[in-house]
Amino acid sequence: MINAIGRDIPEYIDGFGPVRPFRGAFAAVPDPAAYAPPLKATKPGHRKLVSTLEDLFKHLRIESGMTLSFHHHLRNGDAVPNLVLDTAAKLGLRDLSISLTGVFAVHAPLIEHIKNGVVTSLRSSGLYGPLAAAVSGGLLAKPVLLHSHGGRPRALKSGELKVDIAFIAAPAADSSGNISGLVGPAACGSLGYAFSDADRAKAVVAVTDNLVDYPLIPASITQNKVDYVVRVDSIGDPKGIVSGTTRITKDPVGLNIAETAARVIEASGLLKDGFSFQTGAGGASLATAHYVSRMMEKNKIAGSFALGGVTGYLVDMLEKGLFKALYDVQSFDLESVQSLGRNQNHIEVSADLYANPFNAGSLVNNLDVVILGATEIDTDFNVNVITGSDGVIMGASGGHPDTAAGAKMTVIVTNLLRSRQSIVVDRVITATTPGETVDVLVTEYGLAVNPARPDLKERFADAGLNVRDIHELKRLARNMAGRPAKIEPGGRIVALVEYRDGTIIDVVRAESR
Amino acid sequence: MVSVLKAAQAGTLESNDIMIIVEPGANGIALDLESIVKKQFGAAISRTIVEAVMGRGITDINIKAIDKGALDYTIQARLATALSRAGAAPTGKVC
Repeated sequence: MINAIGRDIPEYIDGFGPVRPFRGAFAAVPDPAAYAPPLKATKPGHRKLVSTLEDLFKHLRIESGMTLSFHHHLRNGDAVPNLVLDTAAKLGLRDLSISLTGVFAVHAPLIEHIKNGVVTSLRSSGLYGPLAAAVSGGLLAKPVLLHSHGGRPRALKSGELKVDIAFIAAPAADSSGNISGLVGPAACGSLGYAFSDADRAKAVVAVTDNLVDYPLIPASITQNKVDYVVRVDSIGDPKGIVSGTTRITKDPVGLNIAETAARVIEASGLLKDGFSFQTGAGGASLATAHYVSRMMEKNKIAGSFALGGVTGYLVDMLEKGLFKALYDVQSFDLESVQSLGRNQNHIEVSADLYANPFNAGSLVNNLDVVILGATEIDTDFNVNVITGSDGVIMGASGGHPDTAAGAKMTVIVTNLLRSRQSIVVDRVITATTPGETVDVLVTEYGLAVNPARPDLKERFADAGLNVRDIHELKRLARNMAGRPAKIEPGGRIVALVEYRDGTIIDVVRAESR
Repeated sequence: MVSVLKAAQAGTLESNDIMIIVEPGANGIALDLESIVKKQFGAAISRTIVEAVMGRGITDINIKAIDKGALDYTIQARLATALSRAGAAPTGKVC
């Protein structure tokens, strides 16, 4: 069947089941039945502390076929899924389903666990590193479900994703299960993606290498939600968890794009008191924040909030008083971790509050502007951030579809050409974010405005910006790069791209053999 | 048989560049191409290199090219430099 953006999606997919096709960014309505895990009673004197993961598996009766969940705040330093799955393999468990909010190179041991049948199902917001290529090559029999950051709490609350055991990587925990990401050798700041797991999993385990005296204060996940605390030597390698100071790009092309993006924001009329903003941590996105920051200072604009994966750059803007609040679902660098600990207006938020489309209103709905990247964008403004233009998985949906849907203006910043490949194409090979939620494309050769936003086009033209038709940008790129050989993977479906509302917006196929 | 006098190279492994190494050969124009966009542009890159070499009247040469997504004019410029460093006869025009 053909979905709302013209993608041919099977009605039934083996290993997944019946498919609900994407019908439009705001077309789906929630099934009113919500899921809640069974209640439990805990008597005074109950001990939660367990000394090894093996003991934990026995206490909790973790069995073959269960669903285990993990979050990715420790990024490429994360040791927890590997420790847990090594234990599962050692105890002979099989057929586990894994929900890990982001997969990085450090999670490569998952490949062996999949080959050995320990893990047979995987959900994530996206895949980086060796597992990405392996999944694209058909490693798993069941297609991987790729969700957005807002789509996951929705699935946990609706029961589409039922978690048996949630493992929470705890940079600090006490013996009663209070958890914080602020301190400890593996401090990572916000634990926002794990909050819904703590609410909806049947059992919740804190895995820590930093057991502190009771009570741990402040705690971001509290003891009433945590069943067990298990000690391990190390939950992660700090070098892979937080970067040092995040820097803006020095690439002149990137700076040119960022400056244009900032002028786009100024010309949009949205840059005024009460302005709210989200940007990614990529070079050009961060550079855009730099130029926006200068404009806000110059024009004495008092913004309302910045949101997202947080970097030192946004912390600086908060401290300069450019924003009243900084909402943090993931802290990318040391500056953010430290600021989250000391600044009351730097607030840790759950993925549910951040981006869930099916609640009483997530923060993305209050965004004026979001700056996002793309691996491809097509002439209908549909964006790909999950695969390269060869169709191989190499990225993540993340908050891209959520913020694009919520923000008043969604701006994609990208080089027109990257490694000889035109980023503007006739049809993205994998759609992540629908064009109806994308307003502006900014490249080093000018910008293009979604025809659905003639108001913006007029404002940009009046401001003297180089507004071009998106087809013209595509032709320009093709003239410089030449016409690429057509790649259309025609093998079996290896991943489903789930839109934030639970419908399927696209599928990823293996290369045809 | 027309070849180059010695081995030489030009270009870098930076993004959007190409490194080209040429050396004297005896068995026609032998091109070993590595490219991050080989699926999309491998044939086009090979054509650009082989045509430019033939345009200089060279009949026997070994070429190793490691491409990081260079555009055509970059490929031509790197190749021209490598060939001139290798002592190929100048053509009077940029190939």
